[in-house]
Amino acid sequence: MLQAESGQDKLENGFSSSKVAFKVELWKYQGENGALIPLLQSAQDAYGYIPPSAIDHISQIVGIPDAEIYGVITFYSQFRLKPMGRNIIKVCDGTACHVNSSSAIIKTIESELGVAGDETTDDGMFTLQKVACLGCCSLSPVVMINDETYGRLTAKKIQQLLKEYRELEP
Amino acid sequence: MKTIRIGLGTCGVSAGGEKTFEAVKHEIEQKNIQALVKETGCNGMCYREPLLEVIDEARNSYLYGEVTPEKAIRILDEHVQKGTPIEEWIVQSERPSEDDLFFKKQRRIVLRNCGIIDPNSIDEYIAAGGYQAIQKVLNGYSPEEVIEIITASGLRGRGGGGFLTGVKWRFCRQSPGPLKYIICNADEGDPGAFMDRSTLEGDPHSVLEGMMICAYAIGAQEGYIYVRAEYPKAVQRLKHAIRELLARGFLGANIFGSAMNFYIKIKEGAGAFVCGEETALIASIEGRRGMPRFRPPFPAQSGLWGRPTNINNVETYANVPWIITNGAESFASMGTEGSKGSKVFALAGKVRRGGLAEVPMGITINEIVYEIGGGIKGDRKFKAVQMGGPSGGCIPASMGDLQIDYQQINKTGAIMGSGGLVVLDETTCMVEMAKFFLRFTQDESCGKCTFCRVGTKRMLEILERITDGNGREGDVALLEHLANQIRNNTICGLGQTAPNPVLTTLKYFREEYDAHIRLKKCPAHSCPALLTYTIREEACKGCMACAKACPVEAISGEKKKPHAIDPSSCIKCGKCFETCRFDAVLKD
Repeated sequence: MLQAESGQDKLENGFSSSKVAFKVELWKYQGENGALIPLLQSAQDAYGYIPPSAIDHISQIVGIPDAEIYGVITFYSQFRLKPMGRNIIKVCDGTACHVNSSSAIIKTIESELGVAGDETTDDGMFTLQKVACLGCCSLSPVVMINDETYGRLTAKKIQQLLKEYRELEP
Repeated sequence: MKTIRIGLGTCGVSAGGEKTFEAVKHEIEQKNIQALVKETGCNGMCYREPLLEVIDEARNSYLYGEVTPEKAIRILDEHVQKGTPIEEWIVQSERPSEDDLFFKKQRRIVLRNCGIIDPNSIDEYIAAGGYQAIQKVLNGYSPEEVIEIITASGLRGRGGGGFLTGVKWRFCRQSPGPLKYIICNADEGDPGAFMDRSTLEGDPHSVLEGMMICAYAIGAQEGYIYVRAEYPKAVQRLKHAIRELLARGFLGANIFGSAMNFYIKIKEGAGAFVCGEETALIASIEGRRGMPRFRPPFPAQSGLWGRPTNINNVETYANVPWIITNGAESFASMGTEGSKGSKVFALAGKVRRGGLAEVPMGITINEIVYEIGGGIKGDRKFKAVQMGGPSGGCIPASMGDLQIDYQQINKTGAIMGSGGLVVLDETTCMVEMAKFFLRFTQDESCGKCTFCRVGTKRMLEILERITDGNGREGDVALLEHLANQIRNNTICGLGQTAPNPVLTTLKYFREEYDAHIRLKKCPAHSCPALLTYTIREEACKGCMACAKACPVEAISGEKKKPHAIDPSSCIKCGKCFETCRFDAVLKD
């Protein structure tokens, strides 16, 4: 939440995060083609998602209409148009995890949190994402909560984990 | 002084390698221990991560597996300081161990440095013979000679297509135009494949050197690496490697003091499986939706920004310096008639030793599963291997003696693919497996071709009703019909291969489809809708554990008397089956 809020401040100041602004200048300077995706990535880095005003701004820089930019945003799975929760749960449904019962883990998380994939809980505490492979197939089934990886999970273990994360918040 | 190397590839980090690394560094500082700590990539033994290697003054290596921070501190104390290795934790050393089998049949070309050198140190790469090949090329070979060598080696594109690399290079070389590009495809998107990630994380310079050689052969001045944004560690190591190269004059103007100029840029992909396809990848670098276009013109004629462009995958480039250094003949001496060299596989699934294995072409499936992989977990029965991810197919255990090469694998209906090899056992339902992959391709279809966009959706619906117990007579024929239509009426590899998982499972496991449709049974006991749970009276002790676990109160019975499940309220969640300690709950 903190990140999103500070992002909002920057946004009102006219998209002036130093990192983003730097990249914008750089791309302008080089006059290089193909800047749209890196610009969207910087916007998402700065705000955690891509707010409408960022789209307007990027549209002006690259001279591509908003509608086309929306087309690019929705094509790629990395981009999101809504803010994220405070804790990001990435649950792996790659082949190795899948054959090691990741679907049971996904079902448990969904019923515990009352959200489906790519949704955020009403209290903004968790965002659930299904991902294709986290790359630790030998630990499957695996989830990653923020930057921590938890492997060899069972339904019980994931329930316990979610409880621990809830208790961490005041 | 002893050297300590800790594996910090993504697999090592996810297993807790960073905590071990921090603990070791902290301990060494605190106690002023005389030892050099270095990080390294993955040596392939993902099943043993986190890995810690101690190299002593006499250059003997001791590899420890599953090293927690606590274990690491004991290793520092007993082995590094007092000189006594902790034998029971060692997974590999001079002394023979069970884990040696994991490496015995491997032949490492692409992974030659992975897990051995520090990927962040260009000096270690050079010390291991790195950047010799590019200098040899710049000083002694014409571009045509380089193409000759690569063609003679028989190297094929390792991204999945299997097209002869030398021939591809020649097309691009022969295309007219002053400006040409090369691209390294590192958009490894198959679920269950991580070969390219490990290569980039463990030895980025080998890929960069391969790209330099390719650029020289083709006459390109600029190269792009299109890498998944989901691989932050690979991106970070590539960026660092490129900075080091620029600083030394190995990249930029007049590289290695020659007349050649070459620059490499990194483009982070934004998550779209279809971008693994050449023309879609180019569209994505150009900043558009990654949608494939009709070929010809091929990228070699008109690629990035309309210029001749050569695209190869990470593994292909990593092979190139080795071939230049060791000669086309040594590469061609490995493998089979039509497939030369080695192939890296990401071994995962129901196998004991999962990880990264590089094997000579021509090795059999059984050798990979039983010797390298150590057989099936939990002593279950080996059922099939899934090769090539969503574009590939399932090869049954009965064909385990099949030699792995491009031609043999294609004959089965699967494809070599980029190298995902997922082992399946008797508890895996093949219909469900086909459904899993089809859902993936359906999701990732860019929507351009009707047959891919709508056809895969219809196929998925049929598979869903089959696994839900609502399959109809004639569904199999309908699946086959749709599969052929999709295969023949789409323009890119994603659509053309999307039906493969269904077609191969139909070919080798037809009886499982029939059981689902006609008998409403799942032979692997995996599809929840087709299961019934009952309690064996004679085995039930009446402990009430299952009744407590049941979320819908479908289990009744008095204490110490046999319980029973009410089939009308049972939701088939399987909690009772998992809970029972007396094997009294039957799943059928």
